[in-house]
Amino acid sequence: MKSWGYLVEIVRGVLITTRHFLVNMFFHTVAFLGLKPRRPGAVTIQYPEKRKKLAGRHRSLHRLTRRENGLPRCVACLLCATVCPSECITVEAAEDPDPEVQKRPERFSIDLGRCCFCGLCVEACPEDAIRMDTGVIELAETRREALDYGLEDLLQ
Amino acid sequence: MSDVLIILIKVVLALAWLLTLTLLMTWVERKESAVIQDRIGANRASILGLRLFGLFQPFADAIKMMFKEDFEPSFTRRFLHTLAPFLSFFCVAVTIAAIPFGPAVRLGDRIVTLQVADLEAGLPFVLAMLSLGIYGIVLSGWASNNRFALLGGMRGAAQLISYEVALGLSLVGLVLVYPSLRMSRIVEFQGGLLFGFLPKWGIVLQPLGFVVFFIAALAETKRVPFDLPEGESEIIGFYTEYSGLKWGLFMMTDFLEVIIVACLAVTFFFGGWQVPWLGPGGFRFPWGGEWALRGWIVVALQVLAFNIKVGLFCGFQVLIRWTYPRLRYDQLMDLGWKVLVPLGFLNLLGTGLLVSVWK
Repeated sequence: MKSWGYLVEIVRGVLITTRHFLVNMFFHTVAFLGLKPRRPGAVTIQYPEKRKKLAGRHRSLHRLTRRENGLPRCVACLLCATVCPSECITVEAAEDPDPEVQKRPERFSIDLGRCCFCGLCVEACPEDAIRMDTGVIELAETRREALDYGLEDLLQ
Repeated sequence: MSDVLIILIKVVLALAWLLTLTLLMTWVERKESAVIQDRIGANRASILGLRLFGLFQPFADAIKMMFKEDFEPSFTRRFLHTLAPFLSFFCVAVTIAAIPFGPAVRLGDRIVTLQVADLEAGLPFVLAMLSLGIYGIVLSGWASNNRFALLGGMRGAAQLISYEVALGLSLVGLVLVYPSLRMSRIVEFQGGLLFGFLPKWGIVLQPLGFVVFFIAALAETKRVPFDLPEGESEIIGFYTEYSGLKWGLFMMTDFLEVIIVACLAVTFFFGGWQVPWLGPGGFRFPWGGEWALRGWIVVALQVLAFNIKVGLFCGFQVLIRWTYPRLRYDQLMDLGWKVLVPLGFLNLLGTGLLVSVWK
């Protein structure tokens, strides 16, 4: 019969799972006994307690940067709102008393419910006013309105 | 009066043992599969911050299952729909009655067997009850009044009936070797020695019979390499229209079957409660050494040995479930009828020849 050739593979299959079980159990036991195992018994990272280090270029919650005098760097040029593919950025411009700056955002809001974290707004910004380097990734809310981050929230 | 009491106590103890082990099996299944796949597995259920490797998870599952809505579609056949899970649960659970947990114990002036019912025909009783479990599956498929559930039930019936043949055949050779159908006699016989040193376990006397028995028994449990009746990941199975605790009963029956198969494999082929070279007076090694032990220590060791063997077999079945992919339907039938049944006959023939020459 054709399937006899699989007999060897069947045995090899169960040997592979047995090996995984025994090796992982060994490392689990070593860790349980308080010794330092060469590697953990599982690849799982126990998330809320242990966290993985985010990559340097990881795109997390946005923030608006400030000038030396504390005012937002944003000049309300609307490039971020234009480039945003999710259309989640709303900027309302106002006149700035400083003749060097001329424009400032009266309102700046990002609807994180729509944001797809593509980072195009950061790329587009000519003033380095918006960055996505806060490292905040836990953004879940129970209400949609709470996901609408305003100017104050983004300036932290 | 006290006879009835003793039997009642034995029934309660055996059922408690079985159901506790079932709860434990759901935990073992999760944890063992997790370790095989380099994961950790369920470990979050806790009582007062005490986690115990997720040992409370089965209780959390049971409570969840109890409070889930027991939804019953309007088109089901009400009575049969409710009856089916109970039937399949009962037929499997009742087989624990015939399993010997240990040797006969002297309590005061009476002798108590560590077995609920030492039936004259224990072996056929177990096989018959396991076969009756098919009714639960077919009935659940039919009473659901759903074409796909019915197809699942039919697949289950076809699979279980064909593997029943191989299961029975593999045990006929065993009955030839151990001239008894009584479970306690079969186990006692396995305490003897072959050539003066090898325990007369079924695996030694009937290696081929064990292979056929174990594969057929795996098919009886309806778990992954042979899980065509339910096919929970792709195809729709017989308990599609069940929810809540009725579904939980089917799930529990699965684990019960794993334990029962482990018990049967141990009882028939791995010496039941026998420990090699351990007699009523203590160890008597074939290389000439003795280690006298008290009677109750011997009994405790033997009961412990039975439990350890059953545990190992349960673990082995979980390992198999998490190793192999499902067989296609025609492959399943091929394996049953074209491989296992001929092998069973071959085993029977060989055993018959050997037994007749030996005597």
